[in-house]
Amino acid sequence: MPPLLAIENLHVRYDDARGEVRAVDGLDLTLTEGETYALVGESGCGKTATAYSILRLVEPGRITDGRMTFEGRDLMALSEREMRKVRGASIGLSFQEPGSALNPVLKIGTQVGESLRIHKGLSRKEAWREAVRLLGEVALPDPERQAASYAHELSGGMKQRAMLAIALSCRPRLLIADEPTSALDVTIQAQILALLRALKTEYRLTVLLITHDFGVVAEIADRVGVMYAGRIVEEAPVGAIFTEPKHPYTRALLAAIPEDAGDGRGRRLRALPGQVPDPVAYPPGCRFHPRCPEVFAPCGAVDPQMRTLPGGRRVACHLHEPGSA
Amino acid sequence: MNGVSALLEARGLVKSFAARAGLFGRPGPPLRAVDGVDLDVGAGETVGLVGESGSGKSTTGRLLVRLAEPDAGAIRFDGVDLLRLPPRPLRRMRRHFQIVFQDPYGALNPRMRVGALVAEPLTIHGIGTSRADRRERAAQLLDEVGLDRGALDKYPHAFSGGQRQRIGIARAIACEPRFIVADEPVSALDPSIQAQIVNLLMDLQERRGLAYLFIAHDLRLVRHVAHRVAVMYLGKIVEEAPAEELYARPLHPYTRALLEAAPRRTPSAPPARVLPGEPPSPVRPPSGCHFHPRCPLAEAVCLREEPPLVAIGERRRVACHVATR
Repeated sequence: MPPLLAIENLHVRYDDARGEVRAVDGLDLTLTEGETYALVGESGCGKTATAYSILRLVEPGRITDGRMTFEGRDLMALSEREMRKVRGASIGLSFQEPGSALNPVLKIGTQVGESLRIHKGLSRKEAWREAVRLLGEVALPDPERQAASYAHELSGGMKQRAMLAIALSCRPRLLIADEPTSALDVTIQAQILALLRALKTEYRLTVLLITHDFGVVAEIADRVGVMYAGRIVEEAPVGAIFTEPKHPYTRALLAAIPEDAGDGRGRRLRALPGQVPDPVAYPPGCRFHPRCPEVFAPCGAVDPQMRTLPGGRRVACHLHEPGSA
Repeated sequence: MNGVSALLEARGLVKSFAARAGLFGRPGPPLRAVDGVDLDVGAGETVGLVGESGSGKSTTGRLLVRLAEPDAGAIRFDGVDLLRLPPRPLRRMRRHFQIVFQDPYGALNPRMRVGALVAEPLTIHGIGTSRADRRERAAQLLDEVGLDRGALDKYPHAFSGGQRQRIGIARAIACEPRFIVADEPVSALDPSIQAQIVNLLMDLQERRGLAYLFIAHDLRLVRHVAHRVAVMYLGKIVEEAPAEELYARPLHPYTRALLEAAPRRTPSAPPARVLPGEPPSPVRPPSGCHFHPRCPLAEAVCLREEPPLVAIGERRRVACHVATR
């Protein structure tokens, strides 16, 4: 089966006062129909820029190189008009901050129905009826009433549900969910994750999840890509990422999280030293080498290539090059 | 508290705000953010205060360091009644209790150099013999929080979030306080940086004998740092216990729900159990036990009567009709 989405050698750049920011810098990613793929990383690693690139929404930045194929079509070759049909209709996007993504002066029902009117040509009345049904589907209590309300009248969790209803309104094949739970309280976070799991089955969705939270990854992902400094540095099935992380960055991220079980209060956490590198001037060699606890001879000079390992895994690290210990 | 008198004792704290009716509306009905909180913090102790947004945990923290004025209640610090203290002695007292804010971007004046920011509390409290002396002390404080003296002449914008939080901590410890309210000190930071800051706070506690009120929504993190944990729901403490007991045997159904809702680190574990509903509005809290509309154990009595916070053994308190039977 051909992949639903294939990204090859993606480069996204934008300018800031200090120079050219290499937000995404040579990223490969393939999504198979029906899977939930989590793109994990810290702020500035390029995970959100990657997600928005798929919809060609990177302004004021630009996609400087790369190929993206969705449902067999070359996304880079589509006209803006064709691209607009992809956005919303074939690929749904839920934004990280529903508070600022929702329009404050339009009723929720109008916003949910909007893409149905644009993409499916529904009348105002039909779109509204469908919006109410969708709001029920995302388990918004009393959907009739909520459709007639405005964003400011909804709680954070309810806004996230409304966003999902918008993203799913035209039954897309791919849902891009950008940090769907990070603005929410834990009990509401659990509700949204449960909802995502249910919708995934119901809509037979492929999900690209953008997150910095390994807890969310464990709850919902099938496969995981860990990003650092504009690239994926490790990719593996979700179980393997937790039980046998290969890249020292993945290991460090997991080690820095306090344990679930009684861990000994007051014991120091295993902190990763230093900071994320400046995307205007990445370090030479492996971009992680200045912070890496396992740095050795080649890391400062040679950029490690992505290697495919058994078990559906990939890693870019000199430790895993053939011939190294 | 094992019979030892606490460094800080709060009794019956109440704080209401006027809820706004609309954008230009008249003041609405009062919103009870903090609704009768008793809390002790011992010298050198870390008390974790957990709860979801709107639970009143941040307001409680601000009341304890007198950044907000309670409507009722008493706060004794080292035996002195802070609420009856005239302005001048209160100002002198303030050096002993400080706060570290969640947002390291908003908490530092962008127009002041770091040296001046860190020396400012010294100037206010008349510590140090001269400007040069205070500058030297500021350099030592920066060193203590892991920043080199080159930082003295830079502005906050030159620093990352983690580094800014270090600057905020240097300011907070400048006057050698005995008690610090750390209000979500790491939740705005990336995971790899969170561990650095948590470790720094633990180092400072050991070195300086500091007591902390550690306000957070991440229960795993709180377990790692706190000796004792208090759980807030809608303005009230619903359970309080030594950390290990609270996590091993949570009594209040809300505490249990919070622990169960936290995402797991093991993908094979069953998905988080979901607590239905959302926290109700503190403007119109439910009758009886405020938690009853979401509670899996609710009985008739819970709708009628508010459960008092009662002692279970020597070291625990819980407010629940069912759990205390």
